[in-house]
Amino acid sequence: MTDTTAHGHTSSAGISNVKLGMWAFLGSECLLFGGLISTYMLYRGRVTGGPRPSQIFDIPFTSVSSFVLLMSSLTMVLAVSAAHKGEDRKTNLWLTVTALLGATFVGGQVYEFTAFYNEGLGFSTSLFGSSFYTLTGFHGVHVTVGIIMLMSLVGIFKRSEVPGKKAEVVEMIGLYWHFVDIVWIIIFTLVYLIPV
Amino acid sequence: MAIIEREIEVMAPMVATPTSTYGVLKRPVAATGWRAWVFTVDHKKLGLMYGVTAMFFFIVGGVEALLIRLQLAAPNGKVLNADLYNQMFTMHATTMVFLFVMPMAAGFANYFIPLQIGARDVAFPRMNALGFWMFLFGGIFINLSWFIGGAADGGWFMYAPNSGPVFSPTHGIDFWAFGLQITGIASLTGAINLIVTVLNMRAPGMTLMKMPIFTWMMTVVQFLLLFAVPVITVALFLLSFQRNFGARFFDVAAGADPLLWQHLFWIFGHPEVYILVLPSFGIVSEVLPVFSRKPLFGYPFVVFSGAAIGFVGWGVWAHHMFASGLGPVSVAVFSLTTMAIAVPTGVKIINWILTMWGGKLVFSTAMKFSIGLIVLFTVGGLSGVTHSVAPSDTQQTDTYYIVAHFHYVLFGGGVLGIFSGLYYWWPKMFGKMLNERLGNWNFWLMVIGMNLTFGPMHILGLQGQPRRMYQFTEARSGEGLFNFAFWNLVASIGSFVLAVGILLFLINVVITARNPTKSPLDPWNSRSLEWMTSNPPKEHNFDVIPTVHHLDEFFHRKYEEDPATHTMRQIATAEEIMAEQERNADAHIHMPSPSYWPIVLAFGLPVITFGMIFSHLIAVFGAVIVFFAAFGWALEPSTAPASDFETNNSAPSTELDTVGKS
Repeated sequence: MTDTTAHGHTSSAGISNVKLGMWAFLGSECLLFGGLISTYMLYRGRVTGGPRPSQIFDIPFTSVSSFVLLMSSLTMVLAVSAAHKGEDRKTNLWLTVTALLGATFVGGQVYEFTAFYNEGLGFSTSLFGSSFYTLTGFHGVHVTVGIIMLMSLVGIFKRSEVPGKKAEVVEMIGLYWHFVDIVWIIIFTLVYLIPV
Repeated sequence: MAIIEREIEVMAPMVATPTSTYGVLKRPVAATGWRAWVFTVDHKKLGLMYGVTAMFFFIVGGVEALLIRLQLAAPNGKVLNADLYNQMFTMHATTMVFLFVMPMAAGFANYFIPLQIGARDVAFPRMNALGFWMFLFGGIFINLSWFIGGAADGGWFMYAPNSGPVFSPTHGIDFWAFGLQITGIASLTGAINLIVTVLNMRAPGMTLMKMPIFTWMMTVVQFLLLFAVPVITVALFLLSFQRNFGARFFDVAAGADPLLWQHLFWIFGHPEVYILVLPSFGIVSEVLPVFSRKPLFGYPFVVFSGAAIGFVGWGVWAHHMFASGLGPVSVAVFSLTTMAIAVPTGVKIINWILTMWGGKLVFSTAMKFSIGLIVLFTVGGLSGVTHSVAPSDTQQTDTYYIVAHFHYVLFGGGVLGIFSGLYYWWPKMFGKMLNERLGNWNFWLMVIGMNLTFGPMHILGLQGQPRRMYQFTEARSGEGLFNFAFWNLVASIGSFVLAVGILLFLINVVITARNPTKSPLDPWNSRSLEWMTSNPPKEHNFDVIPTVHHLDEFFHRKYEEDPATHTMRQIATAEEIMAEQERNADAHIHMPSPSYWPIVLAFGLPVITFGMIFSHLIAVFGAVIVFFAAFGWALEPSTAPASDFETNNSAPSTELDTVGKS
């Protein structure tokens, strides 16, 4: 990534290249999840074999892991705020906490997938199975990529070799993280809370 | 390479060498030879690489087309068997759409957007290189399937459930789906990059409504890509998961809805046709004013009609599905939106004609191709309007009439625009002008060939010849004026005339390369910023970043209105403007440094997808490559810091010596 001054330019849109690039990417991601969510909504009631959604969803459990993920957005905000103030130790701390909360969520998802699989919902069992695992799996991969980016940031900051402005990079990763959280709110509502 | 020291008269850039290691490997520094290309992040080099690769795939797709036409030249064609024929038309379309027109447009965009907006490079130079390498490797990956069991054979829109493992047991469609996934990511990175470049890096004073029209149209295209690519990404994932991991998405026995694929594909696919044709609209809108010696008529209308096409293009996708039983309401709505999108397209055509109206027309080859586009695209546009009428479309669906229509818009529109751009910008890119006499032959053979090839297809289609039919029999070919065999033969002859026309272009390129004559600095008396630099442009594009006061800034620096007569008179030549710039050149210009990581990261992706098809162990290996390349990338600054260079020039300064030791 580059900062805007690299080519002797001021930013015309009043927002740095990295952040604008991330916004554009997130715009694209909306359509990606839009496609996946549409597929799930079309197929969620189509169960020719295996369990139906209402038979396997454990809403209290998923609510707790959703809450954990939402709290990680709070810690992400704290990390961005600390980065803007130039408080390196606090930045690293909050980034680590955010990553841990994210990891807890992914751990919950792994547990949930295992439980569903044992209750008879495989990837190939039914259209519901295929579209459920694809949608939530894609979201899980997004969270995992976010965790890798957060932990890499912490590692890189410790070596203090990060190219570009530190706060800007933290903010950019923060945008991604919040987006992934917001998508989960939609997925949680549509997949778990609205009965088929 | 990366730091360019300038003195008042010496123009040679000094080569600088990074001394410290970032990530795992030292930065590449070669300024010449193959390394200068493979590790480059320069938008102009990448633009040329896109262009050359796209031309290569154009020839591949062209040969596939010729084989199809040979097969259909006479009844009971024996050139290809049915299976190979299926692969041939699938790969012809895939190659032409994804591996020729799109990357060719990406090449033009890469090369000319930074030059047109007065920037020295794009916003993310390494991501730019990544995009090119992903496109190249993705293209190679798709075509690998020819050698590993056979290519994809489901048609370019790959309708489900025909694309499932039952009906297409070879790995062709797997290669197709994964390969397009890779080129899709390439398009996505390109779109993000160019959007940020256009929004953030315009020269001082260049407001959006002073932006050259080609940049405007390409910006609309990048937004279309940004939102269309993820939809095909989803569709391709669903298809791959079904074929490779046992998902049920298109398994009708499990209750799947085959229309899901059609909707996802065409929500991508219809914006895609504007992705293919808007770049050429941009090129034509640059070429026509220059060779009419007039400003573009109604610039804001051309801009907003382009944007309108970009918006309305999202609301017409189901006109590809009128025959699938959508129900009367959907059909009526999509009929109306399809008729509506003809309006902004018509606005453009009117603007182009009025640009030429009363102008001092110069019939250069570039201009001829542009006029050819107006005429032939309009023909294709009119047959397009007949598709918007659902009852008529139901008759035309899956016939050669459709084939005729989209070749008139994509060849008559897209490809002629690309050739117009090639002739127009060749002196800018290579400092030499393509031979105009040969260009004339090139143009007429292409236009005559294309009309001979695709014109008869209207008749064939309305007579009921289905597209994708691999053979027809003498007994069923009809009589008189509507004889299948006759018109198919005409189309086949036309396709070879067309091929000769394109061959002439390649010959022209070789002749031009061997011709030592340099082109003048401003051969066409052009209007926009890309001509305000040397031919070919310097590595840093502009010695001074220009401050923009007008639309058509370069024109207004050359000409001034005489208040008495209200005519334009010349106040400066291009050479004088150039010399002025060189006198005031910026002293220290830091250009982004080359990098190994884009090509390494891009290489990891086909390794992953290859592993997805054959062995998951290989996929893990590919993922490791991607992972480490991403880290090397993240740890390496885009522009190496000043302390990281030692100049190879004359006597090394003591100051730099200490930097090296510390």
